This record gives sequence, C-alpha cells and structure tokens, in this order.
Amino acid sequence: MHESSRRTRGKVRWSKLYSFSCLRPHTSDPDSAQELIGQPGFSRVVFCNEPQLHKRKPYKYTSNSVSTKKYTAVTFLPKALFEQFRRVANFMLKEAVEDWYRFLQDLNVNNRTVKAHAENGLFVDKLWREISVGDVVKVKKDEYFSSDLLLLSSSYEDGVCYVETMNLDGETSLKIKRCLEVTLHLNEDEKFSEFKATTRCEDPNPSLYTFVGNLEFESKIYPLSPAQILLRDSKLRNTDYVYGAVIFSGHNTKVVRNSTMSPSKRSRLEKKMDKVIYLLFSMLLLISLVTSIGSSVVIKSDVSQWWYLSLEDSDPLFDPSNPSKSGFLQFIRALILYGYLIPISLYVSIEIVKMLQARFINKDKKMYDEATCKSVQARTSNLNEELGQVEIILSDKTGTLTCNQMEFRKCSIAGFSYGGNINEVDIAASKRMNTETEAYRSSIDQSDTTSQSLEMSGFSVVDIIAQQAILRGHENAVNSNARNSRLSDVRKESVIKVIKGFNFRDERVMALCHTGIPFEDGQTDKLKYEAESPEEVAFLIASQEFGFQFFQRTQSLMTLKELDPSSGKQVKREYKLLNLLEFSSSRKRMSVIVRDEDGKIYLLCKGADSIIFDRLAENGGAYLESTTSHLSNYAEDGFRTLAFAYRALELAEYEQWNSIFTQARTTVGPEREELLEHATEMIEKELILLGVVAVEDKLQKGVLECIDKLAQAGIKIWLLTGDKKETAINIGFSCSLLRQDMKQFHVCLSKETESKNHLKDMKEEILHQIESSYQVMCQDNNKDSPFALVVDGRALEIALKSDVRGQFLQLAVNCASVICCRVSPKQKALITRLVKKHTGKTTLAIGDGANDVGMIHEADIGVGISGMEGMQAVMASDFSLPQFRFLERLLIVHGHWCYKRISKMVLYSVYKNIAFGLTLFYYEILTNFSGDSLYDDWYMVVFNVFLTSMPVISLGVFEQDVSSDVCLQFPSLYRQGQRNIFFSWSRVVGWILNGIVAASVIFLANVYIFSAAAFRQEGHVADITQFGAIMYTCIIWTVNCQIALIITHFTWIQHLFIWGSILLWYIFALAYGALPPDYSQRGFKILTESIGAAPLYWVATFLVTTAALLPYFTHIAVQRLLSPMDDHIIREMKHCKKDVTENQMWLREQRNSQRSTQPSPPPAAAYEAKISQAFSHMDNRQDILGNNSPEIIRWLCNLSESELDMLIRLKSLILHRAKVIGHDELAKNFDLPTLRSIGLLLMEYLKGKVKDLSQVQGLTKLVAFPECCNLLKGNPGEDSSMEELKACIGIDERKRPTKRPGEEATKLKKQRF
Amino acid sequence: MSSHTASSSNVGNGSGDSGVPKRNSKRPKYSKFTQQELPACKPILTPRWVVSTFMLIAIVFIPIGIACLIGSRDVVEVVERYETKCIPVLNRTNKVQFIQSDADKTCTISMTIPKRMKQPIYVYYQLDNFYQNHRRYVKSRSDEQLKSVSKENDTSACKPEDIANGRGAIVPCGLIAWSLFNDTYSFSRQNQSLTVNKKGIAWKSDKQKRFGKNVFPKNFQGGGLVGGATLNESIPLNEQEDLMVWMRTAALPTFRKLYGKIEVDLEEKEVINVTLMNYYNTYSFNGKKKLVLSTTSWIGGRNDFLGIAYLTVGMISFALSMGFTIVYFVKPRRLGDPTFLSWNRGPGSN
Repeated sequence: MHESSRRTRGKVRWSKLYSFSCLRPHTSDPDSAQELIGQPGFSRVVFCNEPQLHKRKPYKYTSNSVSTKKYTAVTFLPKALFEQFRRVANFMLKEAVEDWYRFLQDLNVNNRTVKAHAENGLFVDKLWREISVGDVVKVKKDEYFSSDLLLLSSSYEDGVCYVETMNLDGETSLKIKRCLEVTLHLNEDEKFSEFKATTRCEDPNPSLYTFVGNLEFESKIYPLSPAQILLRDSKLRNTDYVYGAVIFSGHNTKVVRNSTMSPSKRSRLEKKMDKVIYLLFSMLLLISLVTSIGSSVVIKSDVSQWWYLSLEDSDPLFDPSNPSKSGFLQFIRALILYGYLIPISLYVSIEIVKMLQARFINKDKKMYDEATCKSVQARTSNLNEELGQVEIILSDKTGTLTCNQMEFRKCSIAGFSYGGNINEVDIAASKRMNTETEAYRSSIDQSDTTSQSLEMSGFSVVDIIAQQAILRGHENAVNSNARNSRLSDVRKESVIKVIKGFNFRDERVMALCHTGIPFEDGQTDKLKYEAESPEEVAFLIASQEFGFQFFQRTQSLMTLKELDPSSGKQVKREYKLLNLLEFSSSRKRMSVIVRDEDGKIYLLCKGADSIIFDRLAENGGAYLESTTSHLSNYAEDGFRTLAFAYRALELAEYEQWNSIFTQARTTVGPEREELLEHATEMIEKELILLGVVAVEDKLQKGVLECIDKLAQAGIKIWLLTGDKKETAINIGFSCSLLRQDMKQFHVCLSKETESKNHLKDMKEEILHQIESSYQVMCQDNNKDSPFALVVDGRALEIALKSDVRGQFLQLAVNCASVICCRVSPKQKALITRLVKKHTGKTTLAIGDGANDVGMIHEADIGVGISGMEGMQAVMASDFSLPQFRFLERLLIVHGHWCYKRISKMVLYSVYKNIAFGLTLFYYEILTNFSGDSLYDDWYMVVFNVFLTSMPVISLGVFEQDVSSDVCLQFPSLYRQGQRNIFFSWSRVVGWILNGIVAASVIFLANVYIFSAAAFRQEGHVADITQFGAIMYTCIIWTVNCQIALIITHFTWIQHLFIWGSILLWYIFALAYGALPPDYSQRGFKILTESIGAAPLYWVATFLVTTAALLPYFTHIAVQRLLSPMDDHIIREMKHCKKDVTENQMWLREQRNSQRSTQPSPPPAAAYEAKISQAFSHMDNRQDILGNNSPEIIRWLCNLSESELDMLIRLKSLILHRAKVIGHDELAKNFDLPTLRSIGLLLMEYLKGKVKDLSQVQGLTKLVAFPECCNLLKGNPGEDSSMEELKACIGIDERKRPTKRPGEEATKLKKQRF
Repeated sequence: MSSHTASSSNVGNGSGDSGVPKRNSKRPKYSKFTQQELPACKPILTPRWVVSTFMLIAIVFIPIGIACLIGSRDVVEVVERYETKCIPVLNRTNKVQFIQSDADKTCTISMTIPKRMKQPIYVYYQLDNFYQNHRRYVKSRSDEQLKSVSKENDTSACKPEDIANGRGAIVPCGLIAWSLFNDTYSFSRQNQSLTVNKKGIAWKSDKQKRFGKNVFPKNFQGGGLVGGATLNESIPLNEQEDLMVWMRTAALPTFRKLYGKIEVDLEEKEVINVTLMNYYNTYSFNGKKKLVLSTTSWIGGRNDFLGIAYLTVGMISFALSMGFTIVYFVKPRRLGDPTFLSWNRGPGSN
C-alpha cells in the first residue's frame, strides 16, 4: 500500500485518470518467470541504457529502421518478374510506383525524431532509425513510440501512462500501462546518467498481448508483464512524458511482426482471362507448329532448287540438310513473331484501367459520408470487376449493419421489467418513412416549386420534426424526462423496493462494474464516459440518469454520487476497488470486487445471460423465471442483453482467493491464462441474480434500403453475428433480411442433446433437421415463398463438420437469407471459405472489427467498414466503406460497370490481337513459312502501344451500359454479372471467331486487290512495304471501328481516342516516312509518295473495313431483333424517354424486375405491412386499414411508393390537424376513398400548376409527372367521376367545417373550377 | 423513386443528416468527369438504324463498285507467257540445263493488241512462284551500302553475296541485287521498232534518297556464281532503275515488275513483235514468266476484284437491309418493349 502513501504527497500533477491497483503485478513471486528466461524462445538480453553493448554480436539486433516495401534495388527485377510471371503479366511500373510510395512512407517514419539518452542524463534528438536496442528514450505526450519499449517511469508519480493503440488493434480506447516500482524513481533526465539494468525476455514475436521477461536491476530480478511494454506505433496519451528502454527495434517489434500482407486476391474474371490467354497460347503454339512443319516440309522438298536463295551456304534456319533443326528454329521464331496473338498489352491496359476505375470509386461523391468525412476507398484495384459478380454477402452485424452505439433501453430488475415499449421495428419503420417523405418531397419540389400554398411540404417538415423529436426521445431513452410519467413512477417505486430487498442494485453494478473513465462535459453537470465497450458507456450514462453518477475513478477508488432514496439527496459514496476480472470473449463476463464504505466486500458481475445463469447460487435465481421471460422478450425486440449478478464475500474467503489470484496474475508463461481462468472460476460462482438489461444497437442509416436493393440484385445476404438467436432474428426482421412471409428453418441443438454433449447424437440431430428442412424446401418449391435459415453457433460448428457440410450448404445456399448466430471469428472465416468453395460463387465479406478480419481475408472480396472499431478490418480489406449503405452503390453501380468494362475490354483485346496476329500467320503461308513479317518493326511496336491502346482504355474506364440511376432502379441488371454472361465461354469463342473472320477478310481482300497489277496510275506495283502499310491501315481502321461498335457510351473522350487513334496512324506514317531512310527504312515516304497518292489505297481501306465489320454488325442487329438483353431494352426505354413519358410502365418494370430476383411477398401484404408500419407510431393504426376491402388493397398496390406516401401523408396531416383542433375523432372519417379523392384533387391542382410553370420555364419533363400517377387511374370501387368525388369532398366539408384538409381541398377545388 | 432522390441530392435535408459537416476537406470535389456524368451520346441500334446502315452501305458501295469495275475495264492488258515458248522444243526436257548453257537464248514472240492502248503503255515482266518475300532473300541487302560510298563495306547482312573473292565488297551486295532479272525485251510493230523508255520506272525516293548518286557497281556478279543481270559499272546506282525496281521486293510470290514504258499509242488488232533474251532462270523452281503490256486507269492496272468485292458487299448489305425490313414488318419489336425483359420472359432466359 505504498501507493496511497505516496499519492498523498502529490508531487506530480495528478490526472483525473487512474488505473486500478489490481492491475499492478505483484513483484513478490518472480520464480515462475525465471524458469523460461534463457530458454529457447526467451533468449533476448537487453542492456538498458547501454546501447553500445548492442553494437556487437551476439547482442546486435536489427536496427530500428523499418522497411515495408517489397523490393530492394537489387531484388526488384527478379522479384517483380516472378510476381508478374505468376500472373502471366509483365507490368512492373505499377508495382514500382506503389513500392516507391511505400518507400517514401518508410523514409518519413524512419526519420522521425525522438529524445534518446546520450550520456550524463542528457537527452538528445535521435532519428528513429538510429535508435538501437538498449537506448533509453523519452517520449512525450501524443508522440508515437519508436520501438517496443520497456516502460521505466512516467510523468505520473505512480508510473502509469495511457496509450492509444489505434494503429495496432484499432481500439480507440486508452490502455493503461504501468512501470515497475523499482524504476519509479527514474522520472527525471539526470537520473539516467548512472542507470543500468538488464532485461531478459522472449524473442521477437507477433503476439501483441503477451510478453514474458524480467528485469535485472540493482542485482535483483523483477518479472515483467505486458503492462510494462509500450508497443511501437501506439501513441502516448494523457501523460506528459514517459521514459522507456528499447527492447525490440525495427523489424523485431511486435507491430511489424504482426503486419501480414493481406492475401493477394484476383478476380474471377481475371482468372478466367488467364484461361483465355492459355487458349490463345495454344492457338499460338498451333500456328507456330504449322509454320514450323510447313517450313521443314518446304525446305526438305524444293527450297534447294531456289537458286536465288543461295542455300548452299549454310543458314541454320533454312538448312535443307537438316530440315528438322530448321523447323525447330522456325518454331521459335514463329512463337516470337505471332506473339501478337497474346494480348500482353492487355495486362498493362487492365492495370491502368483498374487504377483509374479505383480512382473513380474513391472520388464518387455519392459514396462520401458527410458524418465521418470519409469516402469509399478501393484499397486494391484488382477486384473492381469482381464487385459486379457478387452472389453472396456475408455480413457482420454489430458496427456493420448497426451503428455500434449502444443505448440503454430496458431492464428487468427483480423480476420486474422497466422501459418503454418502442422497439426497433417501429424506429426502422419511421426512419423509412422519413426517407420516403424526403423522396416524395423532392418530387414535389421538382414538380411544383411554387406551391407553397400546398401545405404538403410544410407538413412534411413538421412531420419530420415531430418524428425527430420522437426519435430523439428514443435516443435519450435513458433520460427519464423523456419517459412517460407512469414509467417513472413505477421505476421510483421499484427502486425503493429493490433497495429494501438488496443492498446492490442493477444500476450500481452498472456504475461500478466497468472499465470506464469519466470526463466532464463542459456544458452540463452530466458526465461523459470513455470505456472499453460502447455498452459500458451506455450503462454508465443510464446509471447516471437513474441517480447513480459514477463520479470519479482513482487508482483503487470509485466514487459514486448516489441518490439517497430516503432523503432524496445526493450522497457521495466511495467504493474500494479490490480486483477487476477482465472481460474476454471466451469468458463473456467481467467482474469487479469492491469494498463499500461499511467494509463489506462484494463481487459484482455482468456478462452474457447464459454464463451468468450458469453461475447462480441455488437461491440466487429467485426471479429467474420472470427474468428469463423478460430476457427473451428483450432479445425478440432485437436488443442486446446482459445479465447482472452479485455476490457478497467474506473477508477471509476473499483473502484466500486473492492470494491464488495474485499468484496466477504474476505467473509468467503460457499457463498463465489457464491459472487465471481457474482463479476467476473460483470466485465467480454462487451469484445472486440482480436482473438483466437490454441495450439497443441502432441500425445504420440506409441499411434497410441497401439490403432491399442488394436482395433485388439477386444477392444473398448471410448475417454472421455473435448475438444470440432471438436478437439476430429480430435484427434480421428489422433490416428486412427476414420477412413475415418467409418460411424459416431453424437448425439448432436441443437442450438435451447439447447437455449430453455427445458428438454423434448432435450430428444426427443436425443432419435430421437439415434433411427435413430440405425436404420441405423441395416440396414447397414455388417462387413466392422464400426461405430463411437460422443457425445457431453450436449447431453450425457441427454442421460444418466435413460429413454434414454438403447437405448444410446445399440447404443454406437455397435460402434467401441465412442468419448464423453465436458464431466466433474463426467460424466466420470458416463459413466464408466453405461457402466460397462449395458454391463456387463470388462471396463478399463485410465487417468492421478485428473479429471479421478472418472472414474478410477469406472471402473473394473483403470489405471493411471504417467505422467505430478502428482500422483492423479496413487494413485487411479490399474496399473500405464508411457506412454499410454505400455497398449498394459500390456493387450495383460501380461493380456492374467495372464488370462490363473489364469483360468487354478483355474480349475486345483478344479480338484485336487475333485480327492483327493472324494476318502475320496468313502472310507466312505466302512466304513459304520463311518467317518474314509483313509489317515494319515499328508498326508492330506501335500497334498495341499507341494505335489501339487508348480506345481500349477509354472503353475500360468510361463505358456505361446504363447510367448509375438506371443501375439503381433496375438492380436486377446486376444478374448479368452474376451469371457472367458477358464473359462466358461462348462469348470468348465468339470474339475469337470474329477476330479470325476479320483477319481473313482483311488479308484475303488485300491480297486480291494488290496482287500483280499496278495499284497506281503511274504503273507502280506494290512491294512488301506498301502492301504491309496498306494492310496495316485496314487493320487499324477495322479494330478501331470495331471498338466504336462495342462502346455504347460516347463522351468526347471516346471520340477523341477512337478517331484520334486512326488519325494517329496517318500522323505516325507521315512522321515515320519523313525520317531519313536510314531510320525509316521501308517506311520511307510511304504515305506521301506511294500509297497515299493512290486512290486504290483509300478505296480498298473503305471496302476492307466495312467488309470486316459487317459480320459483327449483322450479328448484333439480329441479336437486338430476336433476343435483346435487359440492358439493351432498358437503354432503349431510356432512349425513348419512357422513364418520363410512360412512367407507369417504367415503375412497373422496376417492380417486375425485383420480383424476378427477390421472391417477394405478395404486393398486397407488402403494402399493408408498409402502411401499418408507417402508422405504427400513431395510436390509431387501424384507421386507415381497418375496414378496407381487398379491392382497395389491390388498388393500393398499383400506386407508386410516392403516391402511396402522399396518401399516408394526407392521413397524417388530417390526424395532425384533428389533434390540433382537439377533435381527434374527426380524423376517423377520412377513410381511404376520401383520401383518394383529396389526393386526386391535389394532383389535378398540381397538374395545373405544373402546366403554368412549364410554359414559363419549359420544364416539359415535369408535366409528365402528374400524368403518370396511378392515383388517377384504376378504380377502387365506388367513385369514379369527378362530380362524385366533389360530392364526396363536399359532404366531408359540410360535416366538418373546421377541418383544414377539407378546407384545403375545397379551396383547391374552388381555384380549379 | 431513387431517381428523385438522386437528382435532388441535397434538396430535402432529411432526418439523418446531422447538420453541415465542418471539416470536409476530403470530400470529393464535384466534376462531371470524376462523377462519370460527362455528357455522352448513347447510340441505340434501332431497327431504323440497322436498315438504314445496310442501305447506306449498299447505296455507297454499289456505285463505287461500278466505278471500280469501269476503271478496271478501261485498262487494256496483254499478257504473254513465254517461259516455255522461248525454250527450243528440243531443250524443253531439261530447261534448266538449257538456261544455264551458253546457247543463244534469243526468242521472238508476238502479241496482238485487243483494243486500242493509249500511251503510256507499261511493260511489265511477271514472275510466278518466285518468293521475293522469303525472309532470307528479303534481308539480304545493305541499304547503307546502296546509299553512300563510305558504307561500302557494310555488307554483314548480305551473305553469301557480300564479298567477292579477294576483291573486296560487292556493290550492290546481297541476294536481291545478285538475282537481278536479266531478260530483255525489244518491241517492234510492222518492223518498226518501238522505243521502250526505261527511265521513270523507279520510285522517286529511291532515286533521290536510297540509292547514292556516287555509288557505282563494284565486283558485281563477281562472287563465283553468276546470279542474274550484270550492271554497267560506270553508271551510278541511282540511275540503275531496273535494279531499283528489282530491289523493291514483292510481297507475294506472283509479282509484276515494271520494265519500261512505251510512249506511243497502240492500235487495236495491231501485232507487236517482241524479241526477248530469255536469260533468267525460273526453271529451277518452275516459275512462270510473263510479259505484260498494260495501260492504267485511276485504280491502277486491271483489277476486277475490287469492283466485284464492292458490288458483293453492296448487294449483301442491300439484301440484309431488305431482310431486316421484312422482319421488322412481319415480326416487329417495338423499341424498348418491356416484354422482352428477362423477368417478363419467364425463367430460364436472360
């Protein structure tokens, strides 16, 4: 207890942040540590403050300089070559550039400075890379640690310091580190002049949370624990300075050891492209073989007779005496010559294109999150097109779908449940309403900007404000002011009751059993908290609201301001914190042991309900039954639940246990965990249940819509969560993964089987469940009722065993949604791998936390949410999103585009190279397989590099089959990518054939046109050079016009590139021809003197180009005629402006397309659900739907969402008005037909307004808007004529003259008629 | 619905947006380029386009085809094959032996002019089955040497015709020059000789740039075997037009080369007598030799292929355009007809 005595001196400025004394290792029992030190794996010796000793072996360790670049100047070429050959690619520039950036980054890091001890207590600036092991460094507030340090002392008297490990594990919370007591006094510069110590510790390893070692100081040995180790790349916070000795430097530091390159992933398309390349390669081999055999035969038979070749003189390539050798050499030459068949340049283009695509993704404004100021980042550009083929999304829940901002919602104490009855679904629904209101409002704004008199928009704003108020109320649910008074009364009562019954209450446990640190909020008297988990913050805030304000935390003392129920005054109570048993995912609980002011010792425990329930004392579960039912209610509402329990300890019992625990804590070595586990088990038992609390994890903005859209795109979503089944199911409902009409299959172990823990039985049970589910599925295989599968973690474990796996995955893959609950990170990764392997479908894993890293690595595409939980997932991911909702645009727009772009690009490149390469082969036949090339060398070089590359890149970067709006309106277009119809083998073969046709047409036509006879009026005949240049011109024209036929989206860039490329050829030919003949050789004055002046050249180019493109053009014309694809039709519809003129049809098709991908509930049910959702926050939800006939419902279904919205708005407006005037009951009279009548009148009015407007501003588009409203069409039953409607309204008005909406309608009517 | 929200990005400040963000430095800047919203033309392949494209091709191609055919038919071409004719009947069993012997190889053939030929009449020799495009042959030359005296010894590419035994480099070196065509023709009509102008048959650029004016033949045909013609060593290379023509290697194994021009008109039915010296050995490789007299038109020599090809493509296009028209009438597909969308066509189809 020397701690407290020193504290009173208060020499150093005390921070309000304090650690727990129980964290301090006791130094009395260092023996266990000693055993390991010096053993293999624990051999490191560090002489603190004597870095000079580390200059020589064996104590010379790596320098502190760190290099993350892959290559060095020496290894770049071989390594990069290897990398590239592995990919059948040859593009090194990108790697070089990326590595250069890494190098610059390293340089920057290595050149940071830190104060290091020079001598005689003098600390001087030293570069990071010059720091060596043994150095003593002084790190100041908000600086990063340069290496792994042994903490010697800090600016705080008790030697603690706070570090932020954001860069290591992504956790933003502060961690407390504490030095050994023996080094406490070393807290000034001068004291280091004489300091010497030796550390023996483990060898460098990547484990961030363990450290084994000891410190030999003043000839005594002290054990070290992770609490003394400051890791590189973490940051000093809230502490002025620390002194530390360098233990690990540079590449030996744990963080560097820990950084693993994420597996390099390649997209499916690219893998298939490799196969296409192999196909082309075999074509190449084949024609080379033909050439080589041909040449051998020719040489053998009659070349010797060709005296003009003078073959007596040996030329190994044409050696009549050894035709096979010549043939072989010809084969090699042919391979090189026809190499143009392999679109090597394609790899280069693809790299460039993907880089640009990634830039576009990064720059997309619609994927920028204003709240976090982050945008979507494509961290690798390899997978852009894979985004267009995703079939299964495996999603984490917390932090991914939900905000990971916990709100205290409900609690059950002593068998009574408290808390409002607003649930997640309601909020989700009202949120949804809001976005739709917005949509509607914007449509109103668009169509009638001047209609202020139309109270619609004004009302919407009011409504939104009201809803926000409600939502805010929810958000501050902990704020008892916002609660209704009944509840507060009950609460007070119960609080008193509970206090009578127990000495400890839920809230107090909440207030004490945590790791949080309070800090003051400037404005209010309320405190804010920082803690390890957001739940704890929620609890602390809640308990503060309940009158138990966690006020101060010191080393071992927690102070609460409590509301004394008897006096109603706040009293300060102090609790001595004796031990803290930390939370871990395996323990699923945490406990504190405290001593209150009366000297009683209590163990307070919170944790997962199942864990706590298992540890209750026999009489501890007094309210178990009611609590359990509350618990399941909470879970059904989608809340996270935690149970609280306590236990009173006798002093003797505590002390006995404490010694065991202390011993376990100070143990160094692998068995430490086990000992600790054992120790905690000893004390965390015989608990008395206090109650359970429910915390809500809010859904992220836009998750619902996003999931809807993804489902419409035919993507299956698997939810992998650690939550319990009920919670998971409810979240499933709230984010529309599950719907009421879905048939749910549950695979879980029954209690009996689970308790028996007999593997074989469990397996049988699971298998049985799977099989029966599958049978149901097969029998009931009509499209209208989709299936959902819910699997429990335990069951999953068994279901993933090799012999059950097949059936399980078969079942799972056929379900529209799959929810796996209670899964561990490892299982997440395993599921991902199995799904990927078993189904062969493209999987995308999305998550935000460290627990999702495995799954992100495993999936074809890993997506990290750069949200609350830091960077771990993001670092592992291929794409990072600030919010889940951006996934929609990323996949459906960018993924779709990139997929089409890349596939078109690959196919075109294949075509292009075949068209070019084959002409070389054809010519070879005419040269008797001698290996001569038709084209000038420079033509061959510039073909792929300049003359045809830019159009390909523009295709790959700018092509859009449909605009982003349409992509989102027709998510089912995404199916094209999933089915991979743009890169199917038939397409590949088709394009190869097209290439062959083009090459044949070009070659044959040219041969016949330019053979023998003169090609100019001057009587000249064409020689090789001219013939080659003419043919080359034809090819340039053909391939560039071909790409113009492929491209569907011409901006000026495409025009520039395509026509520019053709022009460039002529420019090139001119420039090349203008060079002196020494350089231009055969190309000298080719265009100006010979071919350019010949009309035949131009006429032939025209003919050949047209003829070569005719087959393709005919093909697409026939295809468009007979079996157009969806994107063609939609483009045509868009082209005919049908989205405006025939909006009804446009919207209907959108809905139809959704049905094709998403077996959705019958529309009536959906709308009914929607309407009831919309009204769920109002009391009289029956009003609008209560007595509606099926016809009306059917009619409702014809309405577009915004129209429906308008009806709902109208009703809300009426309700609102009725409330304002104090006659709520009047609202009931506005039934659906009446609403429709009002709506109709409004629309008529709107139409008039719009027409007036359009005359002024020429907004023709807007005129169409009211036209396309289904509201005016269709017949709900009774009233159809305008007169009847008027009558209807008129009656309404007479009946309720005070009614504003009625008035409104009448006013409008009067204006109109 | 999303179109509304998308097009009015920030109109309705809804519930979710938590006010105006203060720090938005990372916010992507809006530009039509980065947002991929550049104005674009999005052509649709409508039936009208299809039909009119084919029709346009037909309309353009058929006249061009006719023009080409007319152009080609304007050309009068007389071809006389003589490689067998010019071997005495007795020697025809072993032509190679005859051609390599020192026997008199003078030969007279006559050509009848089918149609009036206007001057200039180009005289060509046509060789068949002669692979001037053979790689070994094509590479066997030295452009440097042809151009300047100083590069005379630049003969590395010319093997085996690079150096005459002991007498230094051969100019012009290489197989191409060595195998220079050496049949000669002299024309006469009604015993009145016709002048053949052998000037102006080579490309101007050859004369001016590629063949040096002070480079004279040297040691030519002096390297053991004699290949083809010899060159007058007093005439610089840039005036040896036959050589220049020959050195422009042909692309195909059947080729014509310009021999000279006859600059008088030849009348119909006129008989031209050609006295030719049949020196060139095409017999080893069964090559044909032809003498060609031809006029030219704007498309060059006689070449029906081009016209026929144009007509064919034009006709096909016409037929296709008719075909598509009929199909569009018989089985019309309304543009943007939603019934063709995959989800309206039932399962199984795209």
